[in-house]
Amino acid sequence: MQESRRIILKGAGALALLAAWPKALLAAAWPKKAFLSTDDGQALSALLGTDQTTRSDEITLILPEIAENGAVVPVTVGTTLENVESISIVVEKNPRPLAATFEIMPGVFPNISSRIKMAETSRVMAVVKTDTGIYSASKDVKVTLGGCA
Amino acid sequence: MASKIKINTRLSGDVAEVKSLILHPMETGARKDPDTGELVPRHHITQLTFANNGEAVMVANFSTAVSRNPYINFRFRGAKAGDTLKVSWVDNLGGSDELETVLS
Repeated sequence: MQESRRIILKGAGALALLAAWPKALLAAAWPKKAFLSTDDGQALSALLGTDQTTRSDEITLILPEIAENGAVVPVTVGTTLENVESISIVVEKNPRPLAATFEIMPGVFPNISSRIKMAETSRVMAVVKTDTGIYSASKDVKVTLGGCA
Repeated sequence: MASKIKINTRLSGDVAEVKSLILHPMETGARKDPDTGELVPRHHITQLTFANNGEAVMVANFSTAVSRNPYINFRFRGAKAGDTLKVSWVDNLGGSDELETVLS
Protein backbone atom coordinates (compact mmCIF):
# COMPACT_ATOMS: atom_id res chain seq x y z
CA MET A 1 0.00 0.00 0.00
CA GLN A 2 2.65 2.39 1.15
CA GLU A 3 4.79 1.41 -1.80
CA SER A 4 2.13 2.06 -4.44
CA ARG A 5 1.40 5.44 -2.92
CA ARG A 6 5.07 6.29 -3.36
CA ILE A 7 4.90 5.31 -7.00
CA ILE A 8 1.84 7.43 -7.57
CA LEU A 9 3.50 10.39 -5.89
CA LYS A 10 6.59 9.93 -8.00
CA GLY A 11 4.42 9.73 -11.09
CA ALA A 12 2.65 12.93 -10.16
CA GLY A 13 5.98 14.66 -9.68
CA ALA A 14 7.14 13.54 -13.08
CA LEU A 15 3.90 14.74 -14.64
CA ALA A 16 4.27 18.15 -13.05
CA LEU A 17 7.79 18.34 -14.43
CA LEU A 18 6.55 17.41 -17.89
CA ALA A 19 3.86 20.07 -17.71
CA ALA A 20 6.45 22.70 -16.87
CA TRP A 21 8.77 21.50 -19.63
CA PRO A 22 7.29 22.97 -22.82
CA LYS A 23 7.39 26.54 -21.52
CA ALA A 24 11.10 26.34 -20.79
CA LEU A 25 11.77 24.83 -24.18
CA LEU A 26 9.45 27.11 -26.11
CA ALA A 27 12.21 29.26 -27.52
CA ALA A 28 14.36 26.27 -28.37
CA ALA A 29 12.00 23.86 -30.10
CA TRP A 30 11.21 23.93 -33.79
CA PRO A 31 7.38 23.90 -34.06
CA LYS A 32 7.26 20.75 -36.16
CA LYS A 33 3.50 20.18 -36.12
CA ALA A 34 2.77 23.71 -37.30
CA PHE A 35 5.34 23.53 -40.08
CA LEU A 36 4.21 20.11 -41.36
CA SER A 37 0.53 21.04 -41.36
CA THR A 38 -1.01 21.18 -44.84
CA ASP A 39 -3.83 23.54 -43.84
CA ASP A 40 -3.20 27.19 -42.97
CA GLY A 41 -5.76 27.23 -40.15
CA GLN A 42 -4.35 24.08 -38.59
CA ALA A 43 -0.82 25.43 -38.90
CA LEU A 44 -1.80 28.57 -37.00
CA SER A 45 -3.65 26.56 -34.36
CA ALA A 46 -0.62 24.35 -33.85
CA LEU A 47 1.68 27.36 -33.63
CA LEU A 48 -0.36 29.90 -31.67
CA GLY A 49 -3.20 27.88 -30.17
CA THR A 50 -5.85 29.48 -32.37
CA ASP A 51 -6.51 30.25 -36.02
CA GLN A 52 -8.56 33.33 -35.13
CA THR A 53 -6.70 36.56 -35.83
CA THR A 54 -7.75 40.20 -35.67
CA ARG A 55 -7.17 42.23 -38.83
CA SER A 56 -4.88 45.12 -38.08
CA ASP A 57 -3.96 48.25 -40.03
CA GLU A 58 -0.90 48.52 -37.86
CA ILE A 59 0.80 45.71 -39.74
CA THR A 60 2.53 46.49 -43.01
CA LEU A 61 3.17 43.60 -45.33
CA ILE A 62 5.40 44.45 -48.24
CA LEU A 63 5.34 41.97 -51.11
CA PRO A 64 5.44 42.32 -54.89
CA GLU A 65 2.01 42.32 -56.55
CA ILE A 66 3.39 40.06 -59.23
CA ALA A 67 6.22 37.69 -58.39
CA GLU A 68 7.92 36.53 -61.56
CA ASN A 69 9.94 33.90 -59.78
CA GLY A 70 8.06 32.05 -57.05
CA ALA A 71 11.32 30.62 -55.72
CA VAL A 72 12.46 34.01 -54.44
CA VAL A 73 9.74 36.35 -53.23
CA PRO A 74 11.03 39.20 -51.07
CA VAL A 75 8.86 39.90 -48.06
CA THR A 76 8.97 42.53 -45.33
CA VAL A 77 6.70 42.51 -42.32
CA GLY A 78 6.60 45.47 -40.01
CA THR A 79 4.24 46.61 -37.32
CA THR A 80 3.67 49.50 -34.96
CA LEU A 81 1.95 47.18 -32.48
CA GLU A 82 3.70 47.04 -29.13
CA ASN A 83 5.19 44.13 -27.19
CA VAL A 84 5.45 41.86 -30.21
CA GLU A 85 6.33 38.28 -29.34
CA SER A 86 6.42 36.68 -32.77
CA ILE A 87 5.89 37.34 -36.45
CA SER A 88 4.84 34.50 -38.74
CA ILE A 89 4.42 34.29 -42.49
CA VAL A 90 1.74 32.04 -43.97
CA VAL A 91 1.34 31.37 -47.70
CA GLU A 92 -2.19 29.99 -47.99
CA LYS A 93 -1.74 27.90 -51.13
CA ASN A 94 1.68 26.45 -50.42
CA PRO A 95 1.64 22.70 -49.77
CA ARG A 96 2.77 23.54 -46.25
CA PRO A 97 1.42 27.03 -45.58
CA LEU A 98 3.55 28.13 -42.64
CA ALA A 99 6.76 29.47 -44.18
CA ALA A 100 8.59 30.99 -41.25
CA THR A 101 8.08 32.27 -37.75
CA PHE A 102 10.34 34.81 -36.08
CA GLU A 103 10.53 35.05 -32.31
CA ILE A 104 11.04 38.67 -31.36
CA MET A 105 12.92 39.32 -28.16
CA PRO A 106 12.56 42.62 -26.27
CA GLY A 107 14.64 45.31 -27.97
CA VAL A 108 14.20 43.91 -31.46
CA PHE A 109 12.31 46.14 -33.87
CA PRO A 110 9.24 44.27 -35.15
CA ASN A 111 10.29 44.78 -38.73
CA ILE A 112 11.81 41.88 -40.60
CA SER A 113 12.77 41.21 -44.20
CA SER A 114 13.38 37.84 -45.75
CA ARG A 115 12.68 35.82 -48.91
CA ILE A 116 10.13 33.07 -49.32
CA LYS A 117 9.02 30.53 -51.92
CA MET A 118 5.53 30.49 -53.38
CA ALA A 119 4.19 27.48 -55.26
CA GLU A 120 1.41 29.42 -57.01
CA THR A 121 -0.66 32.62 -56.90
CA SER A 122 -1.85 32.95 -53.33
CA ARG A 123 -2.78 35.14 -50.46
CA VAL A 124 0.07 35.72 -48.05
CA MET A 125 -0.70 36.46 -44.43
CA ALA A 126 1.51 38.03 -41.80
CA VAL A 127 0.51 37.03 -38.29
CA VAL A 128 1.77 39.09 -35.37
CA LYS A 129 1.44 37.82 -31.82
CA THR A 130 1.64 40.45 -29.09
CA ASP A 131 0.97 40.26 -25.38
CA THR A 132 -2.59 41.40 -26.06
CA GLY A 133 -3.61 39.17 -28.94
CA ILE A 134 -3.00 37.81 -32.40
CA TYR A 135 -3.24 40.19 -35.33
CA SER A 136 -2.88 39.74 -39.07
CA ALA A 137 -2.66 41.43 -42.41
CA SER A 138 -2.72 39.81 -45.81
CA LYS A 139 -1.93 40.49 -49.42
CA ASP A 140 -2.52 38.66 -52.69
CA VAL A 141 0.52 37.86 -54.78
CA LYS A 142 0.37 36.70 -58.39
CA VAL A 143 3.05 34.17 -59.18
CA THR A 144 4.18 33.86 -62.80
CA LEU A 145 6.56 30.93 -62.37
CA GLY A 146 5.88 28.75 -59.34
CA GLY A 147 8.76 28.02 -57.02
CA CYS A 148 8.67 24.58 -55.49
CA ALA A 149 7.69 25.30 -51.93
CA MET B 1 35.71 24.85 -44.39
CA ALA B 2 34.88 28.43 -45.04
CA SER B 3 31.82 29.46 -43.15
CA LYS B 4 28.60 29.53 -45.10
CA ILE B 5 27.28 32.43 -43.08
CA LYS B 6 27.62 35.96 -44.36
CA ILE B 7 26.78 38.78 -42.03
CA ASN B 8 26.85 42.51 -42.28
CA THR B 9 26.14 44.70 -39.27
CA ARG B 10 25.87 48.43 -38.83
CA LEU B 11 25.71 50.21 -35.53
CA SER B 12 24.06 53.59 -35.18
CA GLY B 13 23.70 54.73 -31.60
CA ASP B 14 22.53 51.69 -29.64
CA VAL B 15 20.69 50.22 -32.62
CA ALA B 16 22.32 47.45 -34.61
CA GLU B 17 21.14 46.58 -38.08
CA VAL B 18 21.80 42.98 -39.06
CA LYS B 19 21.80 41.64 -42.60
CA SER B 20 22.64 38.00 -42.93
CA LEU B 21 22.78 35.52 -45.78
CA ILE B 22 23.19 31.81 -45.14
CA LEU B 23 24.34 29.61 -48.00
CA HIS B 24 22.06 26.60 -47.80
CA PRO B 25 20.19 24.62 -50.49
CA MET B 26 16.82 24.63 -48.63
CA GLU B 27 15.64 21.56 -50.56
CA THR B 28 11.88 21.00 -50.33
CA GLY B 29 12.00 17.25 -50.91
CA ALA B 30 9.74 17.66 -53.94
CA ARG B 31 12.39 18.55 -56.50
CA LYS B 32 13.74 15.91 -58.85
CA ASP B 33 17.40 15.74 -59.68
CA PRO B 34 17.53 16.58 -63.40
CA ASP B 35 20.26 13.99 -64.03
CA THR B 36 18.95 10.98 -62.13
CA GLY B 37 15.22 11.78 -62.00
CA GLU B 38 15.19 10.94 -58.33
CA LEU B 39 13.73 13.14 -55.62
CA VAL B 40 16.27 15.26 -53.79
CA PRO B 41 15.71 14.68 -50.05
CA ARG B 42 14.25 17.46 -47.92
CA HIS B 43 17.12 19.48 -46.52
CA HIS B 44 16.45 22.83 -44.91
CA ILE B 45 17.45 25.05 -42.03
CA THR B 46 15.01 24.65 -39.17
CA GLN B 47 16.28 27.25 -36.76
CA LEU B 48 18.46 30.31 -37.14
CA THR B 49 19.50 32.14 -33.98
CA PHE B 50 21.14 35.51 -33.40
CA ALA B 51 22.57 36.13 -29.95
CA ASN B 52 24.21 39.33 -28.76
CA ASN B 53 26.76 38.73 -25.99
CA GLY B 54 25.20 35.33 -25.42
CA GLU B 55 21.64 36.56 -25.18
CA ALA B 56 19.24 35.57 -27.95
CA VAL B 57 17.77 38.55 -29.77
CA MET B 58 16.13 36.73 -32.67
CA VAL B 59 15.14 33.13 -33.25
CA ALA B 60 13.86 32.37 -36.74
CA ASN B 61 12.13 29.05 -37.41
CA PHE B 62 12.05 28.06 -41.08
CA SER B 63 10.12 25.61 -43.20
CA THR B 64 11.19 24.56 -46.69
CA ALA B 65 9.29 27.61 -47.99
CA VAL B 66 12.12 29.97 -47.15
CA SER B 67 14.13 30.61 -50.30
CA ARG B 68 17.44 28.97 -51.06
CA ASN B 69 20.28 30.82 -49.32
CA PRO B 70 18.03 32.38 -46.67
CA TYR B 71 18.35 36.10 -46.14
CA ILE B 72 17.19 38.01 -43.11
CA ASN B 73 17.33 41.66 -42.16
CA PHE B 74 16.33 43.10 -38.79
CA ARG B 75 17.39 45.69 -36.20
CA PHE B 76 17.67 45.55 -32.45
CA ARG B 77 18.19 48.04 -29.68
CA GLY B 78 20.64 47.80 -26.78
CA ALA B 79 23.77 47.12 -28.82
CA LYS B 80 27.13 48.80 -28.37
CA ALA B 81 30.52 48.72 -30.04
CA GLY B 82 32.50 45.65 -28.99
CA ASP B 83 29.45 43.43 -28.54
CA THR B 84 29.78 39.94 -29.98
CA LEU B 85 26.93 38.90 -32.23
CA LYS B 86 26.74 35.19 -32.86
CA VAL B 87 24.75 33.67 -35.70
CA SER B 88 24.04 29.96 -35.60
CA TRP B 89 21.79 27.58 -37.48
CA VAL B 90 20.74 23.94 -37.44
CA ASP B 91 19.07 22.01 -40.25
CA ASN B 92 16.78 18.99 -40.39
CA LEU B 93 19.64 16.62 -41.28
CA GLY B 94 21.72 17.56 -38.25
CA GLY B 95 23.94 20.06 -40.04
CA SER B 96 24.90 23.25 -38.27
CA ASP B 97 27.17 26.26 -38.50
CA GLU B 98 27.94 29.37 -36.54
CA LEU B 99 29.81 32.63 -36.92
CA GLU B 100 30.71 35.41 -34.53
CA THR B 101 31.16 39.03 -35.43
CA VAL B 102 32.06 42.03 -33.31
CA LEU B 103 29.82 45.06 -33.60
CA SER B 104 31.57 48.29 -34.46
